[in-house]
Order: sequence, then C-alpha cells, then structure tokens
Amino acid sequence: MDASALIILIYVLVLASYLGFELITKVPPTLHTPLMSGSNAISGITIVGALIATSELGFTTLSKWMGLLALVLATINVVGGYAVTDRMLKMFKKK
Amino acid sequence: MSNLVQIAYLISSVLFIIGIKLLGKTKDARKGNVISAVGMLVAIAATLVNLNLATFPEMLAAMLLGGAIGLYYAKKVEMTQIPEMVALFNGFGGLASLGVALSDHFLKTQVQAVEIDMVNSVSIIASVLIGGVTFTGSIVAWLKLNGKMSGQPITFKGQHALNLILLISFLVISVFTHLNQVDPMYITLLVVVALLVGILIVIPIGGADMPVVISLLNSYSGMAACATGFILNNNVLIVAGSLVGASGIILTQIMCKAMNRSLTNVLLGGFGQTVAGPAADGPQIVIKEVGVEEAAMLFDSASSVLVVPGYGMAVAQAQHVIRELMEQCEKRNIDFRFAIHPVAGRMPGHMNVLLAEANISYDKLIEMEAINDDFPNTDIVFVVGANDVVNPAARTNPASPIYGMPILNADKARTVIVSKRSMGKGYAGIENELFGYPNCLMLFGDAKQTITKVVGEMKEMS
Repeated sequence: MDASALIILIYVLVLASYLGFELITKVPPTLHTPLMSGSNAISGITIVGALIATSELGFTTLSKWMGLLALVLATINVVGGYAVTDRMLKMFKKK
Repeated sequence: MSNLVQIAYLISSVLFIIGIKLLGKTKDARKGNVISAVGMLVAIAATLVNLNLATFPEMLAAMLLGGAIGLYYAKKVEMTQIPEMVALFNGFGGLASLGVALSDHFLKTQVQAVEIDMVNSVSIIASVLIGGVTFTGSIVAWLKLNGKMSGQPITFKGQHALNLILLISFLVISVFTHLNQVDPMYITLLVVVALLVGILIVIPIGGADMPVVISLLNSYSGMAACATGFILNNNVLIVAGSLVGASGIILTQIMCKAMNRSLTNVLLGGFGQTVAGPAADGPQIVIKEVGVEEAAMLFDSASSVLVVPGYGMAVAQAQHVIRELMEQCEKRNIDFRFAIHPVAGRMPGHMNVLLAEANISYDKLIEMEAINDDFPNTDIVFVVGANDVVNPAARTNPASPIYGMPILNADKARTVIVSKRSMGKGYAGIENELFGYPNCLMLFGDAKQTITKVVGEMKEMS
C-alpha cells in the first residue's frame, strides 16, 4: 500500500471515531445494553473481509480455511447480534 | 475494486451511522437497529458482486451455518444471560478478525508468494494482537459470567511482570515476522502470545467489574475490525470498526466513573481481595429482620416506593414478581418507581433490559443523578439484590475500598427494606453498614419467593 492510500484510511479512521464519540455520548443509559449488542453486530463487519478471504478457489490452502472459519464466526456475530438486539428493543415500551 | 462497490460501501457506512444515531432514542431504537442491519446487508451484497462466483456455494454454506447458530442463540438466550452472550459474541468478532488477518498473511506468503509491505505487515500484526486478545479475553469473561469459572479475581506474584514480558516479546516477534514472512513459525508464535495476553488481562478482574471488561472488549472487537480494514484497504470496515471502538470506549469510561475507579485500577484487578480482614474487627452490625406479612403491611401503608434492583434480582429472576408488586402498589395509588445505578448488574443497562422484559414501562426507571434527591421524601426503598451501590460507606468511610463511588442514597429514605438471600457480603467483600441502620429492615430469602409471598399477602388485604 502506498502512503497516499494509507493517509486516506487514517483520515477515515479519525473522522469516524470522532463521529462515533459524538453519537454514542447521546445514548441514554436505558439503552446501553441494546447499544452494546447492536454495536457488537456492527463489529461483525469483518464478514466483508471474511468473504474476500473465502473467495479463494479450492480447499487446499490454509488461507482458504482461515477465511471459512472467519466467515462462520462473523456471521454468528452479525445475525445473532442484530436478532438479539431486536428482541430486546421490542420489549422497551412506554405505557 | 469497482467504483460501484465503493459507493455501496459508502451507503452502508451512512446506514450504520444513522442506525447508531436512532439507537439513541428509545422510540426509534428498534428502527435504528434494522437500518444498521440493512447497512450490513448492503456491504455483504456489494462484496459478493466482486468475488469469484465459483466459491459462492461454500460461502453460502458458511453463512447459513453461522446464521443458524447466531439466530438460535439469539432466540434462546434468557435476558439475564445477555452479558455472557455479548461477551461470547465479542470473542467471535475478535477471532473472525484474527482469521481474516491470518488468511491474508498465508495467501500472500504461501499462495501468491509476494512480499508483504510494511503497512500491510503492521496491519496484520495489529489485527492478530487485538483479535487474539479480544477472543481469549472474551472467553474468560464469558466463563466468569456464566459461572463456569469463579468470578473471584485470580492474581499471582509477578503477574504484571509477565504481562510486560509477553508484550515485549510480541513486539520482538513482530519484527521477525516481518523479516521472515515465509516461515509460518513466527506468525504462529504471535498468535499464541496474543491469545495468552487476552487470558492474562481478564483473569485478575473480579465478577462485578465485568461491566467495564465487556465494554472494553466490545471496543476491542471494533478496533480489530478496523485493523482488518487497513489490511484490505477497505473503508467500510474502518468506519464500522471505529464506530464500535468509540462506543465501547465511552461505555467503559461511564462504567469506570460510576465506580469511581480509573481504568488502570480496574485492569490491574484483584479488587476486593484484601479487604476481607479488617471487616471482622469492625463493630458488629445489629440487623432487624422483617417478615413477609409485615413487609406487605408496610407497602400497603406507603405512599411512595422506590425499588433499587441489582444483580441479585437477575440471579433470582425476580423482575416479573416485582412487576406484580408494582401493580398491587399502583392499585393503591402508591407512587412506584425504580432507581437505577449505572453499574447495577453485569453490563451497562442490564437492569433496564430485565425490567423491560417484565413489561415495566421505561419511564418508571430513573437514573441515579435524577433520582438521588428524591430518596429523603420516599416512604419505602426496596433494595432487591443490590449491595455495594447502596452502601453509605462510599460517602462516609474513607477507609472503605468503595469510598468515593457515587451511590444511590437509599439510606436517606424513611424505611429501607432489603431483600437478600443471606447476610453475605457484596462483591467488594465489605460489610454494608446500611443493614445496621435504624430505618433498615432485612427481608431474608430468595427474592422471587419472598416477593411472591408479599404480593400474595397484599392481594388478600384488598
């Protein structure tokens, strides 16, 4: 990777982190548990990397198997995370 | 990568941001979660477009397997077990990032036989470290939370020195990994060290410090995804990863503040181990017991009740009978609310989820700062399974290990009823002088059973 590509990535990292701090500070304590399981699901974005890693042809290489393992785990994270967050948020009611 | 895919990733990033923003408002939160899930779908679809379709069957198989496991767990899990589920899933996220990093390393060194440049090398190593630590750290946290491992801090002599040695050796091996990329020994060693560090970081931390640990591991799982983004030169991974990283760090700070401890203090661990001794020499606390009938009468004649729930309520699964108690009280026009301490339970917001599960309206749950001035005007404070968060020693006794921690002013109420299994100590291992106060009554027994009896008595009265 050349320096200019790296700088763009760092640029994105810094701005997104700052935005994250601004957004999360405003979440009320009542919602902290769903926030955590919801953001847990978002961290399953590694699934993108896992898909790319799995797209290697054949089953003979270590890299392919590592990709498959990562893909299973990341999907658990994504599907389970969103599903349980939805289950929790469904219960938050005001009467 | 085609521009179209890049645009799809941008859309996906924006959807994550909108999703998290809506997650901050109680009435829009569910919608926010769906929007964030759509963002994930967009990212997955965009990625698939670019990939070799011949490998699609195994991708589908892996995703179906993972999806089924995730869905099954999400449907089956009890609300009391949410902390351990989040801990476990954090671990999976960490291991997934570690897997992607290793895959990329092996692809370049073994399959493509190309040299990994400096930036890529650093990204892979960072991903291995953060991912590995997140994985084993989360597994230890998960074991501690579900009771398969003692919640007691595990400390030994030279622990910090060992951690330091491991970190230094990680750095040294990192250099060798970069210089000898083809030899798989070095990267394997790196993985082993990272996994060890994860275990060693979490074992000295006690069960009730878990809110801090889970928040921190949550943040790590985001950072691991971020590091993977640097490996793959992929912006959506970096945006999503840093949002999660930031979220975890903020929650960690909130938890530490609520315990009046620094993050370093929590991480160094061993809290509550050394204080068991002097408590025995202190003045004996004389307590007053109360029976279920008398407790029912007290509730019946009150005009305001504040419930202070704690982890004990979750263990006893008492949230549903507390709702019944609330219904009995509201029938009598008694003002009935809940005072929530930020670290009550085993993860941030744990009590809110349990009470929501019991169908209690969220506007009845009041945060510590907003409720603390109301205690002196409250007839009955009902403490269910909470201990340290109502210990007045935090205000009055500079020798106490929890001195300075913000607490709920339960002791200021006219009458305090404490539902407690036995006279055991809180997690901090210290006596709670509140139990000896003249306005405090102890209601011993399993919270669910005793409260059910209280509710029964109240039903007979009316």
